[in-house]
Amino acid sequence: MTDKTNGSKSPRMEERLYQNRYQVDEGRPHVKINHQPGGDSEELKALIKICPAGCYSINEDGQVEVAADGCMECGTCRIVCQATGELEWSYPRGGYGILFKFG
Amino acid sequence: MPAEHFDAIVVGAGPSGNAAAYTMGKAGLNVLQIDRGEYPGSKNVQGAILYADALERIIPDFRETAPLERHVVEQRFWMLSEKSHTGTHHRSDTFNEEKPNRYTILRAQFDKWFSKQVREAGVTLITETTVTELVKNEVGKVIGVLTDREGGPVYADVVVLAEGVNGLVGQRSGLRSEIKPQHVALAVKETHFLPEETVRERFNLADEDEGVVIEVLGSVSSGMVGTGFLYTNKESISIGVGCLVADFAREKIPPYELLDRFKNHPSVKPLLKGAEMKEYVAHLIPEGGYDAIPQLTGDGWLIVGDAGQFVNAVHREGSNLAMTSGRLAGESLIALKAQGLPATNENLKLYRDALEDSVVIKDLKKYRKIPGLLEKNRQLFTTYPALLNRSMNAFLRVDGRDKRSKEAEILKGLKTARGNWLNVAFDMLKLARAWR
Repeated sequence: MTDKTNGSKSPRMEERLYQNRYQVDEGRPHVKINHQPGGDSEELKALIKICPAGCYSINEDGQVEVAADGCMECGTCRIVCQATGELEWSYPRGGYGILFKFG
Repeated sequence: MPAEHFDAIVVGAGPSGNAAAYTMGKAGLNVLQIDRGEYPGSKNVQGAILYADALERIIPDFRETAPLERHVVEQRFWMLSEKSHTGTHHRSDTFNEEKPNRYTILRAQFDKWFSKQVREAGVTLITETTVTELVKNEVGKVIGVLTDREGGPVYADVVVLAEGVNGLVGQRSGLRSEIKPQHVALAVKETHFLPEETVRERFNLADEDEGVVIEVLGSVSSGMVGTGFLYTNKESISIGVGCLVADFAREKIPPYELLDRFKNHPSVKPLLKGAEMKEYVAHLIPEGGYDAIPQLTGDGWLIVGDAGQFVNAVHREGSNLAMTSGRLAGESLIALKAQGLPATNENLKLYRDALEDSVVIKDLKKYRKIPGLLEKNRQLFTTYPALLNRSMNAFLRVDGRDKRSKEAEILKGLKTARGNWLNVAFDMLKLARAWR
């Protein structure tokens, strides 16, 4: 187990999340995207803007991708995308994920 | 996992779970509490204001040992526009009482303390363990839980779901339906550190125990249904903003940009000057009110706290309702056990009735119409705060124009902002009716 911050794209987000403590469960992401045949939904695309940890971005193929290392486990993405079925969301294994110092 | 059979399993170690576990442990019940954090509190987030009354009814002498930041002597309420704020303050020396009524706290530290009291009351706590699903018997009664630890299920007479707003166990076990984006707010917050004397001086406080809270409405939410807040802790300031998830999804405004704008508002910036940001957090807040409350009991299970949507968004109360619901659940289960009655849905009416009779359901019922009203009347977050600030500004500025002309201009501004006087009157009436 290592303390680690995420590799978000925005440098300012990186700076912000650098203050947080994480116990990253290497190789076991707790959020996964199941891309639908018709392309990514508006809901999924909205997450690029509204995920508070900036976990979502667009890759070279124009698809939404997620890197959940900096995730604060708020559940916003899960609730926004519940109807589209594009997200597989579970909590990290016990003890892993964000560890709030002040909460 | 322990092989013994427990009187109760409590899922989660936040305010509601701790209140339930403590109450039952103190009464001698054999209770297992499971939390997914490294330590209790490490997954928990709040503003945070602690309302003493709810905790006092559980641990009367909590003030002697609990990690409290400052007791609140002053509440400021701001209507914000881009460059201004207009507001009311209430400050009173009567809040400097022997047993203060409201405190600012840091939840990770407070929850660690609360959990220690729970364990001292005889409760078995297992951390770093995520409950994955409920175990049911052949007739559908909940009889235990499965976790991500090895060792199979662990059994109990009843499972108390204190898993929070984004709790998955209840939903995935089909006990409660999925939360709707319009029934939940996303809040982001930063904790900014400053020397204690600086906090004291900036907020006009007499000593290290006095504190100020500021609640903010208006441009802080950029047209969305939401509010901002700023709370003084001993050596830090908690500053945050929260808006409905449905609004964020529609407007596609990054929450951290909203927070940055708030921090840089000319009324706020000097308060944070020179502070060092040490944590950035995000959390959901249930805001659907009474009509969003799920089924609260079933055979072998009951729900407490945020998982039950017990938040009074108007008064910014949540953790107190969580603790109260946890205590009432605990007391109900103690009573059933004493009578040798099983925790069936029918017998758990005891808990449902206790809730109905408490501040939890009474207050949520009172404000039942508020969530729907706010969603449909965004002018309360945009037009009115902007207008109020413009009007105050015009009223106070001395520029050679006569007062009668100024007043006429202010009134005209109010009328044109809402089309006609009838709309203004309707807005006031709607608000008054929903409040009543």
